[in-house]
This record gives sequence, structure tokens and C-alpha cells, in this order.
Amino acid sequence: MSSANLPIKALGETPLVADGVGFKSVSDTVCRVTEQKAPRGWWIGFLLAASFTGVMGAAIGYLFWTGVGVWGNNAPVYWAWDITNFVWWIGIGHAGTLISAVLFLFRQKWRTAINRFSEAMTIFAVICALIFPGIHVGRAWYAYYMFPVPNEMSIWPNFKSPLLWDVFAVSTYFTVSTLFWFVGLVPDFATLRDRATNKYRRMVYGALALGWRGANRHWQNYERAYLILAAISTPLVLSVHSVVSFDFATSLMPGWHTTIFPPYFVAGAVFSGFGMVMTLMLLTRAVYGMRSLVLMKHLELMNKIMLTTGSLVGYAYAMEFFIAWYGGNDYELFVFKNRAFGPYAWAYWTMISCNVITPQVFWFKKMRTSIPVMFVASILINIGMWFERFVIIVTSLHRDFLPSSWGYFRPTLVDIFTYFGTLGLFFTAFLLFIRWIPMIAIAEVKGVLPEADPHHDASGHDAHAHDAHAGTAVEAE
Amino acid sequence: MSTVVEKETEAKVGPALYLAEYETPGAVLHAAEKLRDAGYSKFDSHSPFPIHGMDAAMGLPDSKLGLIVFPAALCGTAAAFLMMWWMNGVDYPLVIGGKPPYSLPSQVPIMFELTILFSAFSTVFGMFGLNKLPRHHHPIFNSDRFRGFSDDKFFLSVEAEDPKWDLERTKALLDSTHPTHVELVNDDDEGGAEFDASPEGAH
Repeated sequence: MSSANLPIKALGETPLVADGVGFKSVSDTVCRVTEQKAPRGWWIGFLLAASFTGVMGAAIGYLFWTGVGVWGNNAPVYWAWDITNFVWWIGIGHAGTLISAVLFLFRQKWRTAINRFSEAMTIFAVICALIFPGIHVGRAWYAYYMFPVPNEMSIWPNFKSPLLWDVFAVSTYFTVSTLFWFVGLVPDFATLRDRATNKYRRMVYGALALGWRGANRHWQNYERAYLILAAISTPLVLSVHSVVSFDFATSLMPGWHTTIFPPYFVAGAVFSGFGMVMTLMLLTRAVYGMRSLVLMKHLELMNKIMLTTGSLVGYAYAMEFFIAWYGGNDYELFVFKNRAFGPYAWAYWTMISCNVITPQVFWFKKMRTSIPVMFVASILINIGMWFERFVIIVTSLHRDFLPSSWGYFRPTLVDIFTYFGTLGLFFTAFLLFIRWIPMIAIAEVKGVLPEADPHHDASGHDAHAHDAHAGTAVEAE
Repeated sequence: MSTVVEKETEAKVGPALYLAEYETPGAVLHAAEKLRDAGYSKFDSHSPFPIHGMDAAMGLPDSKLGLIVFPAALCGTAAAFLMMWWMNGVDYPLVIGGKPPYSLPSQVPIMFELTILFSAFSTVFGMFGLNKLPRHHHPIFNSDRFRGFSDDKFFLSVEAEDPKWDLERTKALLDSTHPTHVELVNDDDEGGAEFDASPEGAH
């Protein structure tokens, strides 16, 4: 705790915002986005995203009307794009919690520039993810069987199934992320309320701010709440993707039944999430002029995390192969040979090039600080991570234990529309968030400015004031 | 008639608090120390972000939030355990994969998740409960200058209910802390003044 109270300079760090940024300019830069008219680009993006959402609605409606046969899933590939998309979206969400909780516990103050943004991304990604388990059950109107509610068969869910653990893990994750996000937003809603120039903004933001008046007696409980939420979200986020990986690891399928899955899935989740944060951040930063708050330093640090997690994922791919050979199980070895050289080799090598080779460019500072390079890399990482889940799910299933039941999965148009439709839903929610909610945590960024430190002095009467304060602090203790 | 008189006595029109404004976190911190040393207890500082060292400067004890969250977390664990034990072990025993109807190891993930869920709810609602929020109105909002607290200004408020409150002496003490502005805020008890929608400088 004590090092957290040291001024930034004492830790040998450079300021976290550009020169000339003060308390007022932070409020102005961030709030302006919600106060001015939306730029034309926002409307184009919003209408495009909203129409994709409409396509998703139509695809899901058709699925409900006709049945899951409209998808390409069939024996032996019973899980395909539905679960691929579910795992991909959940994984994307993980970066937000990593930034808001894990980096908070490690006192990484640079997170303040990107945490609001990525927490919002978490919530929208989890919403997109939750659609898939809901609709893949066939008769979606019986989806409530997943929850322990009394039903007409007087039967309860099977709590020994990892699929049910998943229901609890993901819904807890969604709830906790939303609560955490809202707690962070309350002081910023107060800023918007106090800047409001018309009655409706004042009423809506006033209601959302809950009467916040920045009192230190409140900040004290607030900071403790933030610490507790970060402390419980950290094991939560690790548990969520571990539980998702149990869906596979506890089965007896070759290629799935491996103990490396939980850490491997968590690393991949953080990796893909940072890719998505980077893509969105680069676009928003350029469009809304957030360059004074989101510095190259932040982007470079994010690239370093992508390099680390990307390499972890690469290690996991290599270790899976090694164990397939070293473990001496014929079926396991067959699955892995088939992954790399079988009918889905194209998907496997797309995954390897995007996930293992791409992040290696970040070893070089020149690449790490080049915006075009990181933009392209972040998109490739997202594509690669989608293929990772596709490869894991489909290549293990399409070669069943009997060659007579081998198959090859091809997506249908409905598969494709549903997937791209959820991208539309994600961007619709995201654009609405950018339009109406402060996209950077105003209070938290102010708190890491050099002048936020009570011992910071620009005037020069500092030495004296500092001594006087040190005296009273000792008295207080 | 007498009803009018009654109404007037009912509405507490009177000083609610002194509000002193400062430009820097350091200034408000030193002012809070002075008030603490002078024996004031019902005062608070208002800032756009939490100021490090302010709890000690105001002489506040540690937050009690943990005392709410920990029991709630244990309730989450217990609720998950009892739910699964009763549903799968007692009410409708399910034998799956040759395992006993109730088996503890497979319950661990959900016990963990509900522990986290209960802790999160108790953290958030406990925090707002301790802070007595949401609150529709507070006399401090009668000050026009107070709006700056969420932007770049720092305030110290001393409530009239403080035992050390004195119209002159409290003001003198606040003046000695070099504020940029001191004002007496009245409690008009009307639940929020009429809002002037015109932007600053328009009139």
C-alpha cells in the first residue's frame, strides 16, 4: 500500500498524460464527446452496426422458427461456430477485467487511461457470448432448464456438469463486471451532471450519479469497495475461462482432454481481449482526439502484454503437440497430426501465423510504437484467436473414433449471419457507450496527474508546507 | 392563518454549512488537518478524486466495508453448498458417471462463483449504504460554486450540527486556512433549487 501513495516521479515513472493536461482539461476532453453532436463517422458506424444487429435478429428468428438444422452442425461435428463464437466473445471480455482488476492490484497506474473503455468492452462482449449458449440448445424456450428453478418435471440441474458451472461462472462474471463498471462511473456521472446545460441531461446524469458529492467520507468507502471488487474479480476472471476450458477438458475427446487447458485458455483470452481493446482504442483515439490522455506509452505497454500472452499461447500449442507425442496415446497423436496436416490444416496454420508469429514483431520497439503495425496486428490476433477456438472444437470432433463417422464441417449462411450479426450488436452497444458515457475514467485519470499529489508544488513554497504536513502526520499517528 | 406560520417554522431555513473553496489538493489537506486539530468532527472535504492522506488529515477511522462483505461472502459459499446438496443429493438424487449423488469436489466451482457474486453485491450495496447514497438532495448543492467539485476545485464543508460550530469563530478558522472563497450555505429545504438551464455567461 505504501508505494501506492508515493508520487509517480519517486517510482521513476514518466507522467501518464501529455504535457499541459490539468484537471479541467481532463473533464473537458472526455465530457465533450458526450456533449457535442455526434460526428458523421459515428452515425455511419452506428447505422452499419445497427443493420448488422438486425441481420442477427433475423438469423436467430429463422433459427427459432426452423431449428438448429439451419446451421452446419451435424454428426459428428455437433459443436461448431456456436461454441467457437461463445468462447471467442467471452475471451475478448477478459482483457477488460484484467485491466480493471489485475492491473489495479499491481498498482499499474497507466491502466486509468484504458480501463473504462475495456470494461465496457467486457460487458458487451459477454452479452454477445451469452447469446450462443442460449440459442444453441435447440428449443430456446427451454433454456431456463439451465437454472435451478422449479420446473414441471420436478428435476434439478446436474451440478456435476461443467456446462452448468459455466452457466454460473459466466452469469456471475457478467453481473460482477457490470457492478464494477457502474461503481467506477458514479463520480464521472457527477461530473457530467455538474456540467449539464439542459434539464434532461441534468436529470438523467443526476439520477445516475446518485447524489454523489465527492465527500472524503464517501471516497473512503468507495476506494475500499473498489479494492474489494478488484480483489474478487481477479480470481473470478481466472475462474471463468478455466471453467469454459473445463467444458472441453473434462470430456474424453482426444485433443480436449488435457490438463493444460485452463491456463492456456486464460492466456488466450487475455491475448485476444487486448487485441480487441487495441483495435477499438486506436480508432476511438484518432476519431475523438484522445491523444493527450491515451499516450504511445499506453499503447506500447499493451503491445508488451500481447507479446507476453501471445508467446504463452504459442508455448501452449507447442506443449500440446509435445504431450501428444510423449504421452504415447495413439488417438491424441492422430488428432494433432490431423490438425496440422489434415483437412483443416488451413485453419491451423492461420491460427499459428496470427497468434504465434504476429505478436513476435513486438520484440522491436519500432514495431511496438508504430500505429499501423499495431492496428493490423490487433486485427490479425482477433482473427487468429477465433480460429484457435474453431480448430480446437472442430478438428477434435470431425474425426470420430470410427472412420465411418468421419465428417467435414462447413458453415451455412445462417452461421455466418449470426456471427457477423453479433459483431454488429457489439459495435452498436459500443458506439452508444461512446456517445453517452465518459469513455475514459475522468476521476481516476485526475487522480494520477502529478498535481493530484498533495505534496506536489508548482509554486515553490513546497519545502515549508511539506515539513509542516509531515509534522502533523506524525502527530496523527 | 396559523397554517402559514406552521409551515414557516417547519421549513428549516437557516445555515446548514460553511463551504470553503481551495485550488489544490495540498491546500484542502492542510485545511482539513487544521479543522481536525481544532476539534471539529462534522466536516468533510469534497474533491474530484480521492486525495491521498486525507483520511489521516481528517482523523477518520478505517472503512467498515470489509465487515459487511466478509459475512456476505460466507453466506454465498453456504448458499451454494446447501442448494446443490439439497437439489442433487436429497430432493432428486442423480447418479451420473457412477459418482455418488452428492459429491463435494464437483461443487467447488459453483461454491466459488456464488461466493464472488454475494461479495460483489454486498460490496456495492454496502458501500452505497455506508455512504447513505443515493440521496436526492443535500444542502451543499444550494451553492452554485460547489459544482466545481467534480471538475477541478476542492472544498471543505463544516456542518452546522458540529458541536464546535460558531458562526464567527468557524468562519475565522476557515479564513485562516487560505481558501479562495468561503460561503455560508443555507438549508432552504425545498428539495433542490429551480434549475437555471441557461449556460454560464448567457445572462
